[in-house]
Amino acid sequence: MKRTIFCLAVMIITLFMAMTIVVAEINPPQVGGVFPEIDLLKPNNSVDLKYLGLSGSGSFKVSQVKTEVVIIEIFSMYCPYCQGEAPNVNKLYASIENNPAFKNKIKIIGIGINNSLFETDIFKKKYKVEFPLIPDGDFKLHKIMGEVRTPYFIVVKLKGGKTEVIYSRLGALGDINVFLGQIAKLSGLQ
Amino acid sequence: MKKLLFLPALVIFCIFAQSACALSDAYKNNIYNPGELKPVDSVLKVKTGQTAPSFKLKAVSGKMISLQDYRGKKNVVISFVPAAWTPVCSDQWPGYNIIKDIFDSNDAVLLGITVDNIPTLYSWTNQMGKLWFEVLSDFWPHGAVAKKFGVLRSDGVAERALFIIDKKGVIRYIDVHNINQRPPLETLVRELEKLKIR
Repeated sequence: MKRTIFCLAVMIITLFMAMTIVVAEINPPQVGGVFPEIDLLKPNNSVDLKYLGLSGSGSFKVSQVKTEVVIIEIFSMYCPYCQGEAPNVNKLYASIENNPAFKNKIKIIGIGINNSLFETDIFKKKYKVEFPLIPDGDFKLHKIMGEVRTPYFIVVKLKGGKTEVIYSRLGALGDINVFLGQIAKLSGLQ
Repeated sequence: MKKLLFLPALVIFCIFAQSACALSDAYKNNIYNPGELKPVDSVLKVKTGQTAPSFKLKAVSGKMISLQDYRGKKNVVISFVPAAWTPVCSDQWPGYNIIKDIFDSNDAVLLGITVDNIPTLYSWTNQMGKLWFEVLSDFWPHGAVAKKFGVLRSDGVAERALFIIDKKGVIRYIDVHNINQRPPLETLVRELEKLKIR
């Protein structure tokens, strides 16, 4: 009898632990939560490195970007919707860079799911993307971020080395002025 | 009791076995996931250095496309993919769709082939945006062209395979890829560029 109870307990604990892991992994970063401490590959060009306020090679974390807000686009070079959304995200980038209230306070990075550096570079060149695109060739980052569909946008507020997710949503941005206004309000920039 | 203990492990395995493919929201929930498949399930009938088997197939565009039409004019990349509305395949051709310039610079065209019928291919490829390359249906006689190349699997779908055929009609590169994975783009581009130095 004791053995049966012990076995049942092992089963329940195992199932519970598995469910906990799965729930933690399948959910994208939630608004109000902390952004995962993922290691991103540093860009291999000085322009992108300077944009992020970084130097050298290796990896970096979102919290290390020299800014107050980071907009993260989860995309893939192979995703038709991401291809269609690229001009709109470029407009967003331009709106930020051309607005003194936002320049240097909001940065954008793209994470290319299951894309090699070669593939993210093709996307960058094809759509004339001026912000850094980071490859996630082996789905490692994608798994941590809840295996979201693409494009998916996450906005992270940075303060004192800490991160707070203020926006997390699947799909195109729509009107970038509306989106930017929303982000400015949520982040406290305006 | 040992059998009962096996159950949680089985549940965990089943949950994690679902891979993240066909990521684009363009397909929403319309992708059927067959799970992990045998990487390769056919025996090649051609090899590099040989003349590629001739074929003529109907394209989604309505044209009849013959490999012979490109002889002496263009290098040809043939991309066999297993089936419409499945993972990986749905994320493969949209990538090729934004590198027409690379194909052009290597004097090459791309022909996409599956064993699906034209209406299915029409609906599926519509989700990818406007494709610049021809998409051919090897539906009837079922998989006849895939069979000629030796890339028809035992369940009737094609392998995920790439063939580069030069202007003389000679096969210069073959990649019968693991059906569960997308072939690296850089490899295809590198092989295409090799044609320039031949």
